Amino acid sequence: MPTDRREFLIGSGRVLLIASGAAAGALKWVLAGAPEQAPGYDVEGHWWAMAIDIGRCIGCGNCVRACKAENDVPLEPLYFRTWVERYQLPEGDTDRPHVDSPNGGYDGFPERDEPGAGSKDFFVPKLCNQCAHSPCVQVCPVGATFVSPDGVVLVDTTYCLGCRYCVQACPYGSRFIDPRSQTVDKCTLCYHRITRGLTTACCEVCPTGARALGDLKNPSDPIHGFLREHAVHVLKPQMATGAKVFYAGLDGSVR
Amino acid sequence: MEVATLLSQVEGFMYPNEVELQWSVLIVLYPFITGLVAGAFILASLERVFKVEEVRPTYRLALLTALAFLLVAPLPLQLHLGHPERSFEMYLTPHTTSAMAMFGFVYLWYLMAVLVVEIWLDYRRDIVLQARSQTGALRFIYRAMALGSDNISPRSLEIDDRVGRFVTIVGIPSAFLLHGYVGFIFGSVKANPWWSTPMMPVVFLFSAMVSGIALVLLLYMLVSWVRRTAIDMRCLDTVARYLFYAFLIDFSLELLDLVHRIYEADESFKSLDFMVKTRLFGSQILLQIIVGTLVPLGLLALAQLVRLGDRARKALYAVAGVLTLIGIFAMRWNVVIGGQLFSKSFLGYTVYKMGFATREGLLPAILLMVLPFVILALLIRLLPPWPEPAPPRDPA
Repeated sequence: MPTDRREFLIGSGRVLLIASGAAAGALKWVLAGAPEQAPGYDVEGHWWAMAIDIGRCIGCGNCVRACKAENDVPLEPLYFRTWVERYQLPEGDTDRPHVDSPNGGYDGFPERDEPGAGSKDFFVPKLCNQCAHSPCVQVCPVGATFVSPDGVVLVDTTYCLGCRYCVQACPYGSRFIDPRSQTVDKCTLCYHRITRGLTTACCEVCPTGARALGDLKNPSDPIHGFLREHAVHVLKPQMATGAKVFYAGLDGSVR
Repeated sequence: MEVATLLSQVEGFMYPNEVELQWSVLIVLYPFITGLVAGAFILASLERVFKVEEVRPTYRLALLTALAFLLVAPLPLQLHLGHPERSFEMYLTPHTTSAMAMFGFVYLWYLMAVLVVEIWLDYRRDIVLQARSQTGALRFIYRAMALGSDNISPRSLEIDDRVGRFVTIVGIPSAFLLHGYVGFIFGSVKANPWWSTPMMPVVFLFSAMVSGIALVLLLYMLVSWVRRTAIDMRCLDTVARYLFYAFLIDFSLELLDLVHRIYEADESFKSLDFMVKTRLFGSQILLQIIVGTLVPLGLLALAQLVRLGDRARKALYAVAGVLTLIGIFAMRWNVVIGGQLFSKSFLGYTVYKMGFATREGLLPAILLMVLPFVILALLIRLLPPWPEPAPPRDPA
């Protein structure tokens, strides 16, 4: 059903008004470093996760660029809160996939091979899996990294020693040491945004809707439908980390 | 530019955040140095607890060696931290689920409750005598070290000995704890198949004994040579024999680990096997296994099997000792650096570029390895490990 222009403008205006109102109200707490205490945000009332549909990712790198801009991630090609990997599976060889991620997919992907070579090609967006039983949290010697009550793995950079044990403990390569602060950094699931009723920067800019933030505690969140309707998988399930980034259409060759 | 060079040396695929190594040569020094401490202490306890009288000439030297190296052990860690000024938080707010959080406590326990107490009890008589006879600043130092004690009656020395024995008995499991624990820090990282094995603490422990015994053996020979005193060959043979036994156990354990990995050939195997055959070939196959293990084991076995003269045995032990230390250092290197060269995707490999005069470069690593010997020299001057007083210089 085509939407009336007037209806659309009023509707989106309302949404914008509510969102910006909530955001403005919350800004004080965000700036104070405790966005979860913002009025109207119930930290116990959410359990954040992400849904990624492999079939929809086109490897444009929008998410990588948006993440770096939104979160002030160093631009060097060694530091990423989110990145995109390109998989190419020669037919019949799932054991040794060809994988690349030039600059984490920040600049998109150059053509690699001639099309029609009989291989299976797809992109895999990666980020911190916001594990419920996270090995990085377990090993932090001072508890500078922790799981928030709403299920996001965060870092207190004023407390981090920079010992790098968590970087070693993460099975997914999601952490890095920020060369400027000499403390660890990782995806916060845009905590400063989601506690203000917004979605993450990467989800916001994804042109195909390949990734979507989800609240598992909210019964009307579309993530429930996503989990029901797709065969979903998490990365490295054998690690038993309670990963909360769910992939639809994840090939068995992805690691 | 530097980043581009690094990226160009990546083979296959690494997760982008994995390209840069996190733990440098300084973290190689950490298990190497703590291993020397634990090994030296265990050698000292052979005499004290297990009554292996032959090794008595090395007893005090081994204790001082352990102390000198233990004092240096936390320095590479401090230098490596992004925020060393926050390291004290590990004592104030330790995170109880973290294997690393306990290091400070294990370290302090071992230093203050075991090593310092044992050395003090063993040296108390000497310290009191020095405090009585020395003059000037030295007198002040010895008086401070005596901690107010002045009683060296046979009865009080007997008590010292008994308490000291008890401390050593506590010390053996503590030394095991110290180094087994260091192994656990690596062995418990489930994300890393090169590290993640319950064998790690055990292998670390036995390799610690091997390296500590080898170090004390070499130091004993060196000190005797410097002092121009005769080496007690019965002592040297016994220490070498214990080195041989400990090494055999260590090598068997490492071999067991290797055979297990090859036979199981799990998902990581191809990746690790390739790494060992390429980027770690020099340090693992050549340096650690052949030069640092098989050759010294062969030399030590030779000394057990063939009757050799004193000179030949000394030379043989010296070579075996040096090669052993190289081999154990290579083992630490292969664990720490090797464990970061492959991608956790098992699809690629990166390189380790060691700086020279940088914070975590070769120069600070060398200085940190020299420092314990400087401390040891000072300790030996202050607390001579040999019973007889230095002979007065005779002008005639």
